Amino acid sequence: MGDKVLNILLVGVGGQGTILASELLAHVLIEAGFDVKKSEVHGMAQRGGRVVSHVRFGKKVYSSLIVKGETDILVGFEMAETLRSLDWLSPGARVLAENKAILPYTSLVGQSPYPFDALNRVRDAGFEITVVDGEAIAEKTGEKKTANVVLMGALARYLPVDRSIWVETIKKNMPEKLVKMNLEAFELGWKEVP
Amino acid sequence: MTRLLLSGNEAIARGALQAGVSLATGYPGTPSTEILENLSRMGGTKTIWCPNEKVAVELASGVSFAGHRALVSMKHVGVNVAADPIFTLAYTGVRGGLVIITADDPELHSSQNEQDNRRYAVFARIPMLEPANSQEALEYTREAFELSERFDIPFFVRTTTRISHGKSLVEISEERNTVSTAEPGLVKDPSKYVMVPANARIKHRELEGRIEKIARYSEDCSFNSVEMKETGLGIITSGISYNYVKEAVPDASVLKLGLVFPLPTDLIRDFTSRCERVVIVEELEPCLEEWVRFLGIECEGKSLIPRFGEIDTGTVRRALIDVPQDQDPSGPESINTGEIPVRPPVMCIGCPHRGMFHILNRKKAFVAGDIGCYTLAVSPPLSAIHTTVCMGAGVSQAVGIEAVLPEEHGKVVAVIGDSTFLHSGMGGVLNMAYNEIPATVIILDNYTTAMTGRQDHPGSGFDADGNRTRQVDWEILLKGLGVEHIRLIDAYDLEGIQKVLEEEIHRDSPSVIVVQGACMLLKHKPIKIREPYRIDRDVCTNCGMCLRIGCPAISRKDGSPEENPIIDCTQCTGCDLCFQVCEFEAIGRED
Repeated sequence: MGDKVLNILLVGVGGQGTILASELLAHVLIEAGFDVKKSEVHGMAQRGGRVVSHVRFGKKVYSSLIVKGETDILVGFEMAETLRSLDWLSPGARVLAENKAILPYTSLVGQSPYPFDALNRVRDAGFEITVVDGEAIAEKTGEKKTANVVLMGALARYLPVDRSIWVETIKKNMPEKLVKMNLEAFELGWKEVP
Repeated sequence: MTRLLLSGNEAIARGALQAGVSLATGYPGTPSTEILENLSRMGGTKTIWCPNEKVAVELASGVSFAGHRALVSMKHVGVNVAADPIFTLAYTGVRGGLVIITADDPELHSSQNEQDNRRYAVFARIPMLEPANSQEALEYTREAFELSERFDIPFFVRTTTRISHGKSLVEISEERNTVSTAEPGLVKDPSKYVMVPANARIKHRELEGRIEKIARYSEDCSFNSVEMKETGLGIITSGISYNYVKEAVPDASVLKLGLVFPLPTDLIRDFTSRCERVVIVEELEPCLEEWVRFLGIECEGKSLIPRFGEIDTGTVRRALIDVPQDQDPSGPESINTGEIPVRPPVMCIGCPHRGMFHILNRKKAFVAGDIGCYTLAVSPPLSAIHTTVCMGAGVSQAVGIEAVLPEEHGKVVAVIGDSTFLHSGMGGVLNMAYNEIPATVIILDNYTTAMTGRQDHPGSGFDADGNRTRQVDWEILLKGLGVEHIRLIDAYDLEGIQKVLEEEIHRDSPSVIVVQGACMLLKHKPIKIREPYRIDRDVCTNCGMCLRIGCPAISRKDGSPEENPIIDCTQCTGCDLCFQVCEFEAIGRED
């Protein structure tokens, strides 16, 4: 990787575990020996708002904020939020997206149409996209909410970090009774990417 | 030595503990709140939520005068509330180290303005440190206590949202722990602590002497550093902006200022004399730029970097490097995504504020509002907030309106949350009663400071550590303020709300309505989730009334305008409001 700093943007809606996923990711990258900075704006998360987390890593990182147009990997936990983030991507960026729709209030009441074709629009904009059916896969662990870790399993395939570091970090950072379930979710996500 | 990924707020808490702080206090406010929450969680010091920032600073000054170290944390606008004691504490100075954290919010992520509190340092003559990452947040906080005692003056530590909430690696070494040099106990020294004019006049002169001493210290202190590289471009910067400079122009020479008041003279003269072009990179106000210009040094700053909003590496790059527009990825939006609906935050499902705002909307009332979760009622479909300026303002705005528009009596109310009322609403109600102005104030009591993440307050019955404590009695309090007409009502009883509001809003004397219902997210007072409701498709006329209460559990299937409303029974808390507004009895429980 040399001196290059890699930029990962994680987007979702409050309650999806976007920030928890970015915490896990940051700890994995630290264990792998990188300098890591992360930033997110929270406070509105519990009120159904958009949640965005910036994770940057490399040999030395100064800023915790990704510059618009320079994201290397976008992890989208919700389709409309994935689509909304395209301005943040570098031209060759990779998109890892969950095909999950959470309708904002104005869409719920039929006032503004929800983009159910959001992931196709991402493809049409010319980005390489991997779609993960996060919740359906996560259900195999017995808990839909592990969809965020399923996505991390898929993300792991694209990062210069050994798989064992992910496993160790999950064991170290999660409450003991949740470790098994999350390791399973991680494995399932890992297998999603060929 | 351990290495941890810490937010700036976590780091500040650890820095305070390393300085052996005896007491930490403040009032919740984004992005500062987690400092006290972490201190309470970690233990090792006494942690106290005060009803407002002025009380917190005054309390902390008492701790300092008693020879102990004290930390006060608040958001930027909290310093406005606390400004009165702060300005005169610069005169008295301290005994135990006194550190005030001001967490500013450029870009207004969660604030009503984006004032730059570096101005307060200059104005109040209180020195200010500004960390650029979590490591510095820890070290600067710890060192601020030492400096406060050494120079006999309170110290500010200023963060911004990206410092407070951003996370970076911190190396923690217990070897750097410090202790207060002050002797705990009572010290009677009127010339230092009693600011009557005769004493204060002398103290003001002394204060300028202390600032001069710190200015001399700033010339070669460890908080300010020079990184000489290419001399074509020399940048002067501080805080978060330093990081953007290092990434945007890695080859430029940089003067990084960690002590942002008082600023050095010789250090700046020396640095700028070695650089051909001098640019000041700072968010918001031109504080550094004005000082450099005052020294008679030619420089650029706000001509390149905006005076509003947050900046980032892209801002600095665009300001300093010629990037052709079509090759600038951080430029204006270029990707056609088609229409995407906005996603504003909304009140939670089952929120106790919803019912009152539904009624105020139906009544077409003019609502002088305040700051808290209920400010979300500004958005459709509730659309029932018409002013929001600062904490406590709504009460007196309603009183002011009633004073000059008697013909509009019966249409105006003030709404204010419980925590906000105890913060700065009491004076307004006292004034309303004293001057007998027939306004109606509605206190939305959800037993917590909800917006900032549910911190306790004098009305919640718990202290900062979660222990049971005395709880304000609204009736006694309001009666004591002189209010004769006090009504306590249930937040979920629409008929009751309507009836009481109708009576009080038209009353020709002052009145207060306290609407009670616990925040849905409260852990120690969990709301009973009742059986969910459903809509009977055969009875529903699709009138849309249930959608007007703005509950996110009620929707049209797939957002299609033609579909009848449905209730998501996995999310419904059974709060009852939709059942109460349905005129066709189409909403009921499974049975």
